[in-house]
Amino acid sequence: MQRKQRLSRNTAYFVPYSLWILLFVIAPVLLLIYQSFFNIDGQFTFGNYQTYFSSSTYLMMTVNSVWYAFLITLATLLISYPTAYLLNETKHPQLWLLLIIMPTWINLLLKAYAFIGIFSQAGIANQFLSFIGIGPKQLLFTNFSFVFVAAYIQIPFMVLPIYNSISELKPSYVNASRDLGATNWQTFSRVIFPLTMPGVKAGIQAVFIPSLSLFMLTRLIGGNKVITLGTAIEEHFLTTMNWGMGSTIGVVLIVAMIIIMWLTGGSGKRHARKGLTK
Amino acid sequence: MKKLFSMIIGLFVICGLLAFGAHRLQASTGSNGSKVLNLYTWGDYIDPSLLTKFQKRTGYHVNVETFDSNEAMFTKIKQGGTSYDLTVPSDYMIEKMKEAKLLLPLDKAKLTGMKNYDPRFLNLDFDRDNKYSVPYFWGTLGIIYNDKFVKPGSIQHWNDLWEKQYKNKIMLIDSARDVMGFSLASMGKSMNTTDPATLLAAENKLNRLAPNVKAVVADEIKMYMSQNEAAVAVDWSGEASEMLDNNSHLHYVVPSEGSNLWFDNLVIPKTAKHFKAIYAFLNFMSDPKNAAQNAEYIGYATPNMKAKALLPKAIRNDRQFYPDNKTIEHLQIYKNLSPEKVGLYNDRYLEFKMHH
Repeated sequence: MQRKQRLSRNTAYFVPYSLWILLFVIAPVLLLIYQSFFNIDGQFTFGNYQTYFSSSTYLMMTVNSVWYAFLITLATLLISYPTAYLLNETKHPQLWLLLIIMPTWINLLLKAYAFIGIFSQAGIANQFLSFIGIGPKQLLFTNFSFVFVAAYIQIPFMVLPIYNSISELKPSYVNASRDLGATNWQTFSRVIFPLTMPGVKAGIQAVFIPSLSLFMLTRLIGGNKVITLGTAIEEHFLTTMNWGMGSTIGVVLIVAMIIIMWLTGGSGKRHARKGLTK
Repeated sequence: MKKLFSMIIGLFVICGLLAFGAHRLQASTGSNGSKVLNLYTWGDYIDPSLLTKFQKRTGYHVNVETFDSNEAMFTKIKQGGTSYDLTVPSDYMIEKMKEAKLLLPLDKAKLTGMKNYDPRFLNLDFDRDNKYSVPYFWGTLGIIYNDKFVKPGSIQHWNDLWEKQYKNKIMLIDSARDVMGFSLASMGKSMNTTDPATLLAAENKLNRLAPNVKAVVADEIKMYMSQNEAAVAVDWSGEASEMLDNNSHLHYVVPSEGSNLWFDNLVIPKTAKHFKAIYAFLNFMSDPKNAAQNAEYIGYATPNMKAKALLPKAIRNDRQFYPDNKTIEHLQIYKNLSPEKVGLYNDRYLEFKMHH
């Protein structure tokens, strides 16, 4: 009897959450999929998908999006892992963490505009280059500046999960590894890195997926020299008003994200189980 | 159970607050009041002091809401739920709204200022007899260059942009119709063509321009050009006039072989409610003195010829923004194209962007 009551109470707690998921996650995705089967005249068709997979433009754009998302994730990871590692060694990690998270409180557009100022012909970066004798360079509207700014924006989302898994790592494992004669590199590559893998995977998910559909930065910093699927979606919804095609690209992106989740997933389960046994 | 109960009560409280907020918001946009006019317009597209003057004279309070693209405005009015009394679409969008039955015809008997307008800018293709619209501003698409980097007079025509000396120096406005349009104009073709082969040729010509293109950007062009970031840009006259105000090295050219001529006209959407205020406002804005003040503030060209006569000589005779008749003859107004054709323009344009 008592058990039954508890069960119903538990399901009751579940109601607001599932309502939320239903209204704001599942329904929009279903609408998007539904919309993607209609052409510009509102007739049912598979044409949008046919167009997508037979058009070299869209396929190139997909390759581009994945490539740039990969570059951004790689750059972010290379910066974030050492940062998170060193953070763990500092005296006041929480303070440093706060400083790293702080930029996320500032609006993305403001940050982009700040970088326009820094990278422009008369900006600080070029002043410095002139000062050390290299001379001003074209920094804005290059692939480099695009990846740089995108990585800057994504770093906090990568540092956080990695830091969490590094701080969870028991120092005794590291000590044991050293006692048993492992070199620093062996300790890192055989013990520390594999054990912090869940954090790295979570970080990759948090960075790679949003990077796939970045579009504001492609124009502001990349000067539309980098075209991603986000650009195409914006165009289809705002100028062409071809919502069907825009939705189709949206669906492709969602599928791509599911694949990423699936590839980087699995460890999440182990992570959760570990949390349970603790 | 108690927790669930309080959660439900919490939800009700939130809903109540939202409803209250919505009510307040509606009250402040005045859709419930009577002495108001709801103007839906482009950002920074009217001299604010004129709004105060209008309220003082007529007692109508003007609520201004802004949009940043014709398409966004169209969607919002089509979906309803708004109570805009006046809006300012561009030429092709007036045609589109007319077709979608979103506009109310003007009551000509109540308009006192139509005689002030230049007949060249009335009775145009997109709105014969001005059944639905009153001209507000007009302008062109053209080339802006910085005389620090480009010899004055060396850029006169679209084809000059393709010259090797402008490698990585040109910024383009991120707009399919305009970029495809100037490529078409440079080949002597109509900027309203729907022939796929011609559009493909226009794209191929743009692809050859790619090495010269530094970036394809939007509003930021103004900032970049003012800061000498790029030597040449393709943009609209209104944007150009703002750049010229900020940087005396900049010049604006409308290629004489042809370019786009655009209009922004005041129209009454079907969501309108305050008709007395609407006509008071339309007449107020066609008054030469007010129109001149507005034109001086905004920097676009006024279609009100009596207002133009009131403008300072330097503005009135500026060939950059009031081109001569011969150039105007070669300018083309965009026609409203069917969604498929718009798609055709955008696909070609997207391919050019991928290419560059």
